[in-house]
Amino acid sequence: MTPQTKIKGSEAIVRALQEEGCDVIFGYPGGVVIPFYDALYHSDLKHVLVRHEQGAAHAAEGYARATGRVGVCVATSGPGATNLVTGIADAYLDSIPIVAITGQVKSDLIGTDAFQEADTTGITLPIVKHSYLVQNASDLAQIIHEAFHIAGTGRPGPVLIDIPVTCALAEFVYKTASAVDLPGYKPTMRGHSKQIKVAARAIHESPRPVLYVGGGVISSGATQEVFDLATSLNIPVTTTLMAMGAFPGTHPLSLGMLGMHGTAYANWAVHECDLLIAVGARFDDRVTGKLSTFAPQATVLHIDIDPAEIGKNVEPRIPIVGDAKMVLHEILTEVATMAAAPERTAEWLERVDDWRGQHPLHYEEDDGELPPQYVVEQIYAVTGGDAIITTDVGQNQMWAAQYFKYTQPRQFISSGGLGTMGFGLPAAIGAQIGRPDKQVIDIGGDGSFQMTMQELGTAVAYNVPIVVALLNNRFLGMVRQWQELFWEGHYSHTDIAVQPDFAKIADAYGALGVTVTAKDEVADALRTAIKDPRPAVIDFRVRREENVYPMVPAGTSITEMIGGQAGRRKKP
Amino acid sequence: MKHTLSVLVENKPGVLTRVAGLFARRGFNIDSLVVGRSEDPRLSRMTITIDGAEHPIDQVTKQLHKLINVVKIRELDAESMVARELALIRVSAEGAKRTEALQIAEIFKAKVVDVDRRTMTLEITAAPDRLAAFESLLQPLGVNEVVRTGLVAIGRGRS
Ligand SMILES: Cc1ncc(C[n+]2csc(CCOP(=O)(O)OP(=O)(O)O)c2C)c(N)n1
Repeated sequence: MTPQTKIKGSEAIVRALQEEGCDVIFGYPGGVVIPFYDALYHSDLKHVLVRHEQGAAHAAEGYARATGRVGVCVATSGPGATNLVTGIADAYLDSIPIVAITGQVKSDLIGTDAFQEADTTGITLPIVKHSYLVQNASDLAQIIHEAFHIAGTGRPGPVLIDIPVTCALAEFVYKTASAVDLPGYKPTMRGHSKQIKVAARAIHESPRPVLYVGGGVISSGATQEVFDLATSLNIPVTTTLMAMGAFPGTHPLSLGMLGMHGTAYANWAVHECDLLIAVGARFDDRVTGKLSTFAPQATVLHIDIDPAEIGKNVEPRIPIVGDAKMVLHEILTEVATMAAAPERTAEWLERVDDWRGQHPLHYEEDDGELPPQYVVEQIYAVTGGDAIITTDVGQNQMWAAQYFKYTQPRQFISSGGLGTMGFGLPAAIGAQIGRPDKQVIDIGGDGSFQMTMQELGTAVAYNVPIVVALLNNRFLGMVRQWQELFWEGHYSHTDIAVQPDFAKIADAYGALGVTVTAKDEVADALRTAIKDPRPAVIDFRVRREENVYPMVPAGTSITEMIGGQAGRRKKP
Repeated sequence: MKHTLSVLVENKPGVLTRVAGLFARRGFNIDSLVVGRSEDPRLSRMTITIDGAEHPIDQVTKQLHKLINVVKIRELDAESMVARELALIRVSAEGAKRTEALQIAEIFKAKVVDVDRRTMTLEITAAPDRLAAFESLLQPLGVNEVVRTGLVAIGRGRS
């Protein structure tokens, strides 16, 4: 190809994506993206055809969450684009780097209510980190380059590129994008050096510190630094749902998750600590409970790359804007110059361990029914803890967080901020495609699964050997739990016992389907499903009215836990 | 208390929607928002006035900063800025009222930009408090229509 050879806009998109190192995209065709699909036809860029565009967005997220690279999804204009919206919002709230490409009607038809026209940039405006409506085809390469840069740097997030079909059809001489020049976008990476000294001193001197670690630690790749800080100074670590695996759950300093369904000992430790070291976390209401009683004795040290998070919910005494990895690294360097005093927190750790001993996570094992928590424990046992877990939303998600000990970042993949039912299966597909070396298991709910289960077709078509472990309680379990505890047991529209046989559904798709009703079948079923080269669905018929404990009722202090004491709380 | 922000934004399509959308989504109320070209053809400058008692101004500026097309934000306070607003005001000006309107206009250095038999349209450029005084003096004559540009503000020179 001579330098003057013209190519179509659609080919330029493919080429620009490949220049970004993109190796797979998840998408669904339609009228205005046919030119793009034609360009794909002639290229070696891998495309995964999903069964619903929401699945494409979640798969792109699953890929991004599992690999740390930017995930890409594609949809046509109008309904294709609106079907992506849930996934884009999900990526926005969890700060996940994805680039969503949507087709748009011809430039001169925009604004005329043309067939399949929707104002995609308008609809997605509040849920994107940035977006583009392409006007000149020759800008495509530069825009795609910028989009990847914006999605993947700073506080990551979704970027949308809306491309009128006119641009996809236009012919022009392709020019590789030049370096990004965005005068309004320069994330602060290095922390303020004076603040770092202040922070180091506070950490070094604190007798009762707690590290409160959020998803930012995973996106910044700061898990080693968290580990070094915690272990060199003997600081207990609690993680948010988004940060499961950012600190090994098997480590004696690990307190597990905090917040609404956190461990009693994590919540007590936060309540009693004198220094709360928040890293890449945003003091979400599911974590803090009632704000005015959150960590009442603590000096708050808040490290975050997004200045808008600092002081948004909690005003920190020591704010540091910067990249978690860089800031922690500098704090560690600073701490290393101070006299070592690892025994300083010894008494504190003893107290924390007392709480842990008195209020462990627990559930009732012996009434003959299959406890969902047991299934999660068995998934942990059978995989030796070496698997990537995705989840749906609800009780299944909380048990997956509580009863599997995550030791690696990007090992736990869940819709935290938006809480999107139906996330688990498509996210698992994206994660598995991104990490073919790992076993991916979706711990799902029967309600959630029915929102996106058509993606079994995708898994079968591309031989994606995921395992779907359904904790099937035939209820919209988490809502039912709230109804039981706070709405006098009025199970209004949460009983979904009328449902298909999921094993047969799997079978009909050409996947492996298994139904499990007894404890002693759990491990074998898991082994069979993992060994089978096909995607698999295991329908675990679990105890129907099991609750997630401990539970902090919404809006109360995180020490006001229901079921935090030993012994399963009996139903009222 | 009112806050005045001078916001330099890239001259890109949709940037006004992004700023306005952000204010709407975060529940910040805009008093006025004025936008126009700046000294650099690639950049526009917005003057945004908001009620800071209702919203932590800090959150507003931090959230604005997150918009990729926002290049620079400067918060201006009364001492450090020159602020003006232009208004076109049509008043009743029949008979004796006409002289009175002209006198008020003269005191405030307002211009007469249109007259007909019953009304007179005055143009004034002034700081907000002067504008308010002007308007209230005209009130008794009968104000038929008021059109205001919203506040534009510039930081004072630093010598
Ligand atoms: C798309 C969507 N709709 C509604 C909800 C509200 N919601 C939260 S949890 C839940 C029940 C989920 O049921 P299921 O998937 O069976 O999981 P379980 O809680 O039983 O484990 C519902 C309806 C939601 N989070 N997402």
